[in-house]
Amino acid sequence: MPTLEIEGRSFDVDEDGFLQDPDLWNEEVAHLFAKTEGIDAMTEEHWKVVHYLRNYYLEFNIAPMIRKVCKDTGFKLKKIYELFPSGPAKGACKVAGLPKPTGCV
Amino acid sequence: MELHDLPKPKDLMNIDLNRPPEKGWMDTPTQFRDGTYSYPAAPKNLKALGLANPRQWSPADEDWKLPENWQEIIMQGMKERLEKYRSFRLFMDICVRCGACADKCHFFIGSGDPKNMPVLRAELIRSVYRRDFTLLGKMLGRLGGGRELTLDVLKEWFYYFFQCTECRRCSVFCPYGIDTAEVTMIGRELLNLVGLNINWVIEPVANCFRTGNHLGIPPHGLVDMWQFMVDDIEDLTGVKVNLPINKKGAEILFVTPSGDYFADPGTYTCMGYLMLFHELGLDYTWSTYASEGGNFGLFTSHEMIKRLNAKIYAEAKRLGVKWIIGGECGHMWRVMHQYMETMNGPADFLEEPVSPITGTKFENAKQTKMVHITEFTSDLIKNGKLKLDPSRNNKYVTTFHDSCNPARAAGLLEEPRYVIRNVTNNFYEMPENTIREQTYCCGGGAGLGNDENIDMRMRGAFPRASALRHVRDKHKVNHLLCMCAIDRATLSALTEYWAPDVSVGGIHELVANALIMEGENDRTLDLRGEPFAEVEEDE
Repeated sequence: MPTLEIEGRSFDVDEDGFLQDPDLWNEEVAHLFAKTEGIDAMTEEHWKVVHYLRNYYLEFNIAPMIRKVCKDTGFKLKKIYELFPSGPAKGACKVAGLPKPTGCV
Repeated sequence: MELHDLPKPKDLMNIDLNRPPEKGWMDTPTQFRDGTYSYPAAPKNLKALGLANPRQWSPADEDWKLPENWQEIIMQGMKERLEKYRSFRLFMDICVRCGACADKCHFFIGSGDPKNMPVLRAELIRSVYRRDFTLLGKMLGRLGGGRELTLDVLKEWFYYFFQCTECRRCSVFCPYGIDTAEVTMIGRELLNLVGLNINWVIEPVANCFRTGNHLGIPPHGLVDMWQFMVDDIEDLTGVKVNLPINKKGAEILFVTPSGDYFADPGTYTCMGYLMLFHELGLDYTWSTYASEGGNFGLFTSHEMIKRLNAKIYAEAKRLGVKWIIGGECGHMWRVMHQYMETMNGPADFLEEPVSPITGTKFENAKQTKMVHITEFTSDLIKNGKLKLDPSRNNKYVTTFHDSCNPARAAGLLEEPRYVIRNVTNNFYEMPENTIREQTYCCGGGAGLGNDENIDMRMRGAFPRASALRHVRDKHKVNHLLCMCAIDRATLSALTEYWAPDVSVGGIHELVANALIMEGENDRTLDLRGEPFAEVEEDE
């Protein structure tokens, strides 16, 4: 399994850098994964999206629909791309420690 | 790898077809180039399914960590399948290598790699068959086109059988009717025996086995998604639509791909189903168990098709419905049309489907008891049961991509067109050798629609994209319609790369835009929340 080494910590990740064990996630881990996404500083807006995704995942065991993310956080999709350049699925979900969706997506 | 990592479109297609390869195909080793192959299945998913040889490995590694007796396993597997599937033996025997299929494959056209000619792709396995299973091959060896199953051959199988989308366009042109998709299916089945599979197929399969759908959405997650759509519809139309879930005794069970619940633009199509069924007052139900129309088992093995498909009849029986409607899914219809009844039937507890709205008997569905939504909707329109205002879709100039399986495996050619022509005013066909039975693949079917394979996907998408660009330039087409969840995902990438000004969507999204509902408000917005009419810009 690929390993992500960052600031002295090491994590099992998939080929695209998604955290494999969701239980290892915490805010400190989110900071580290944000760096792999080119986000140097997590702002309040970043956290709003990340916490929303995280809580939804803990409740429903799946990432939320992208339109639901926009509606519930009040951020337009364009804004989410500004915050997470790889987008809500590949960027924000990665920072929030969610697995990558597969299938007809 | 992502779209923005690729060269510009015109550079990607800079292929020299006039320069023959330096060596014969048997002496040309496979190169696993980034962007042209998929990640291997994660061990947790193989374990969940009880499949062989779960381990960490990469196709780029020298050592694939195969079982010691891998040759024996494959040869035994081949022997069993030659005895079990007469079609497989026939397809191994009867090819005369006329080459009629050679230039019909989208991957050959887009890559120029001779091993993507369907005849040669099948020859990868046929050469092994010839050496070990035919008398002449045993005597003549390589002179007779036979070769030993070496590790290099196995690696070649993996590369090229996961570079075929099982679209079956080549088989339309084969004078013998060889179904090269079935050769690929057997090839993948054999590879699975030694643990060679890709994660974009196996993870959805494992999810489906666990939760009933490819995305792994649990029941309360499904309810949350459907409820979101119901709320969205109310915001847009003022109508609060019914949401029947796991309703015992409903007349009809509705099954659609999980991509429709989760991913845009499929979600708009899903809202379309909800609005249509509500307006009809249809006695139907969604299911949190039979929550997937697609079946990635088709891209794994026959056994896996059966395992994943079983839930549809099981749920129909549990709920006590009379018959089933299937949504806008692609490969679901190959499974439904060609395997479902023999694998998991007979569905003698169901009734021959009759539309409760028009009284039409769907005699074509007598055996499976399952009707495609465009059959259902076109019948409604033909009988004047829907109030439609196609001008609400006037901003769209549309064309229709026939998805490989509904078109070639199920013959659904007229129904979608009939619906489209009745809900839009602007529809243009792509050139005739790129539609209907001759339709070109989206480039990402059969489990290949992942990011890491994006280079090969965009090459495979090239023929479809060329036809699309033709109607875009000639008729100002700006919206590509399809009825498949894989398409809605992969064509969105296709248009982003090859034709950025064209959007993608399903048919029932436009049906619902045009549908005049009882009690609707003064609707000005389409299902995407955008104005029906684009505001003319001042010149």
